[in-house]
Amino acid sequence: MADHGPMVLRVVRAVLGPHDAEDAWSEAFLAALRAYPELPADANVEAWLVTIAHRKAVDVTRANARRPLPVAEPPDRPAPTGPPEHWDPDQWDPALWQALKALPDRQRHVLAYHHLAGLPYKDIAALTGGTAEAARRAAADGMRTLRRTYPRKPDDPPDADPAPARRPAPARTPTEPTTTEPKAAKPKTGATDPATATADRTDPATRREGRDDHDRR
Amino acid sequence: MTMTAAEPEERDPFAGLPEEDPDVLARLHARLVEDAGREGVLDVTYRTLDTPAGQLLLAATDQGLVRVAYAVQDHDAVLRQLADRVSPRILRAPGRLDEAARQIDGYFARRREGFELPLDWRLSKGFRREVLAHLPAIGYGRTESYAQVAAAAGSPRAVRAVGTACATNPLPLIVPCHRVVRSDGSPGGYAGGAAAKRVLLDLEAAA
Repeated sequence: MADHGPMVLRVVRAVLGPHDAEDAWSEAFLAALRAYPELPADANVEAWLVTIAHRKAVDVTRANARRPLPVAEPPDRPAPTGPPEHWDPDQWDPALWQALKALPDRQRHVLAYHHLAGLPYKDIAALTGGTAEAARRAAADGMRTLRRTYPRKPDDPPDADPAPARRPAPARTPTEPTTTEPKAAKPKTGATDPATATADRTDPATRREGRDDHDRR
Repeated sequence: MTMTAAEPEERDPFAGLPEEDPDVLARLHARLVEDAGREGVLDVTYRTLDTPAGQLLLAATDQGLVRVAYAVQDHDAVLRQLADRVSPRILRAPGRLDEAARQIDGYFARRREGFELPLDWRLSKGFRREVLAHLPAIGYGRTESYAQVAAAAGSPRAVRAVGTACATNPLPLIVPCHRVVRSDGSPGGYAGGAAAKRVLLDLEAAA
């Protein structure tokens, strides 16, 4: 399950932005752990995690709508074409989130679930409602808008990016048509267990020490 | 580094979103371990540990250490077995296995000759478990033959079964099946491979 950590993080970032993404990630995986024993052995864990993340995203969006506006609004970050030292390495391109945020929710959801999670449109339709064809159109519309609005200044050609190292190379060939059925099904990139990095916190309540029941002579 | 020159309308806008973000994921993972532990929905935690006998996988339940596996036993396969036989609620959580790792490090540094760790025996049953329960009685630096262990377990003719019990020991190293050798004194097989058994026997013999 932890293998899907990076994919789910990309999805919730694209859907919710930097502010709420981490909470949604945590809640999705916690919900997954709660439900795991009931999951059929042949279940598609990726699709299932995206489903949980989607529900969390809808919850967060509703909650934010009820909240006074300024709280939900992250402060503007430096433009992506700014000097690298102005970038927060923990964050991702803020201009992308500005562009995604401007999309209708549905287009943003469908784009993320198709292009980042690799779900086919028929599965996405089951998740967001409507038909597979409508989902495909929403993704195409969203992608068209996104390419117009991001990067913000269309006269900035991508190869003039002053910080190429900060921006990962495109995962897919840029000339690939966007409307082909699922092309982004590559959330697993080898050893992507988020846990390969150490998590060395110890829960004192569950720490086991001192007992000695191994000496069973 | 060269960037692919592409028309803006053809590039993948999601390239602006990192594929991997190890720092954030490490933080999220630590938080998940904490939240899941508090909620009681984390059943197995694991970590790996590099040792002179190869990389070990250590896994624990809330009862104690439940599985130790050598790299030759295929850690991914072992984790799948744990998911099937114990619980699929498994997360890497090095902190919870700090004490086990510390004692194993101490063993390889010759600072300790035994382990004082709570053990979860659920992966071993019946006669095999009886055999394994006897093994800690074989002291550090000593060996017994498969036949001697069979006799000690009360079934002198069950020599082969002792071999099987050792080969399927879910807690090798901690439950010292490496101290069970052939009657002619040659090391015999080992769950972690013959080379690992040699490392352990040499380590203990040098003490």
